[in-house]
Amino acid sequence: MSRLLKSVVKLSAYITFGVLFFIIGYILVRGIPNLSPSLFHLEYTTENVSLFPAMITTLMLVFLTLIIATPIGVFTGFYLVEYAKKGNRLVEVIRIATETLSGIPSIVYGLFGMLFFVVYLNFQYSLLAGTLTVGIMVLPLIIRATEEALLSVDDSLREGSFALGAGMLYTIFKIVLPSAMPGILSGVILSIGRIVGETAALMFTLGTATKIPEGLFSSGRTLALHMYILSTEGMHINESYATGVILLAVVLIINYVSTLLSNKLAKGSNDE
Amino acid sequence: MNRKDKIVIKDMDLYYGDFHALKNINMKIKEKYITAIIGPSGCGKSTLLKSLNRMNDLIEGLRIEGNILLDGKDIYGEDFDVNLLRKRVGMVFQRPNPFPISIYDNIAYGPRVHGIRDKKRLDEIVERSLRLAAIWDEVKDNLKKNALRISGGQQQRICIARALAVEPEVLLMDEPTSALDPISTAKIEELIEELKRDYTIVIVTHNMQQAARVSDYTAFMLKGDLVEYDKTEDIFSVPKDKRTEDYITGRFG
Repeated sequence: MSRLLKSVVKLSAYITFGVLFFIIGYILVRGIPNLSPSLFHLEYTTENVSLFPAMITTLMLVFLTLIIATPIGVFTGFYLVEYAKKGNRLVEVIRIATETLSGIPSIVYGLFGMLFFVVYLNFQYSLLAGTLTVGIMVLPLIIRATEEALLSVDDSLREGSFALGAGMLYTIFKIVLPSAMPGILSGVILSIGRIVGETAALMFTLGTATKIPEGLFSSGRTLALHMYILSTEGMHINESYATGVILLAVVLIINYVSTLLSNKLAKGSNDE
Repeated sequence: MNRKDKIVIKDMDLYYGDFHALKNINMKIKEKYITAIIGPSGCGKSTLLKSLNRMNDLIEGLRIEGNILLDGKDIYGEDFDVNLLRKRVGMVFQRPNPFPISIYDNIAYGPRVHGIRDKKRLDEIVERSLRLAAIWDEVKDNLKKNALRISGGQQQRICIARALAVEPEVLLMDEPTSALDPISTAKIEELIEELKRDYTIVIVTHNMQQAARVSDYTAFMLKGDLVEYDKTEDIFSVPKDKRTEDYITGRFG
């Protein structure tokens, strides 16, 4: 019985890894031969479907979204854990709201973004509308991660700080935040993954323009969107695979840099 | 010997919601003596201790009536600055709780909170505090080491040094040795006796021998009442109250 169980467990693991390697391998095999310098031209044309504008748009979107969502999410987490009194009605409401938000399919965010930002606020298809939409989408991730990270900081440390006459703010910045930093950062990394991989929520908010956005109010397309559109149009399947390779590379690089950063921060707070 | 009353507790009642946790406490804590508070678990001794530097403020639904005077001033009064109170009345906790930063930064934390930035002064304070807590020789070559990477007994002395670094007048200790081994306990008890030359110390302890060994005055509490409060030698040799006698001779608790 236990041998059977063991082989089932093993098999599951192999299947999981197998599928993962297959997908990545397939994309690499189909994509790498199609990578060419011309795909990195500044301009997208019908003949040369350059992915460069999409790459820049992706980075812009990630950067702008994090600038908006991270402070709001982190401060909300701080409010929930450090300031709000337990059993407070508002806290309950915020918790239910974040949990609900994190369960909503992204197309619903897309629809909301289109109706509210694009149409009602008349932002048109724009970087701003896209940013705000995915910003709302990743907010629950950041709030959740911040909450968990803060809750894992031992209360005795807060007490120790208060007992020395430190105020709330001083305690948060000097004691709580450094200990919670790695956890908060992992939430931010997760958010980056969601933003980079998102299409449904962006299609009708960020739009699908092929140029690098000139400002907050111009449209653009991210790598994931670019890929999606190329493959639905059916004319540039090979370039779509090449885009997939670049998307993978971008995700890997962002993850690597974030991990490096969080390790550095974690080390900084408890150095030898 | 007639010493001045450092802390005076007057007709104090404390409630957690509906629960009447401390009942009409009256107590005078003398300057530069060691006062021990003993009693069975849940009798309110830690609660009483934490009222003295208002660490109880953090608990919700807590209400205090009556007065606690520090040098004649009501610490629960409108114009009393809580952070300043906690600087004057330091605290050492049951479980050592050093911050996850270097030993040096642990000790310098308090002084920095209160605005000392000068590196040389901080160096002096760190050395003086560590010497006072009798741990200087053990850590002087490792001040940059993370305070979590030393033994529990050393951590507790780091916490005492950290409390001393802000130059408090009173030191509250909440069962400071209950999480430590006998050797570390002996070191800390020795240290407490050293410290009473300069500080007023109030120590809560489960351990009656400890109270008998280190304290000058002992208060015995039971179910929120201050049953008896007197010189330690009297409490342990000629207790006036039957309940004190029962507790000391081990009949309950």
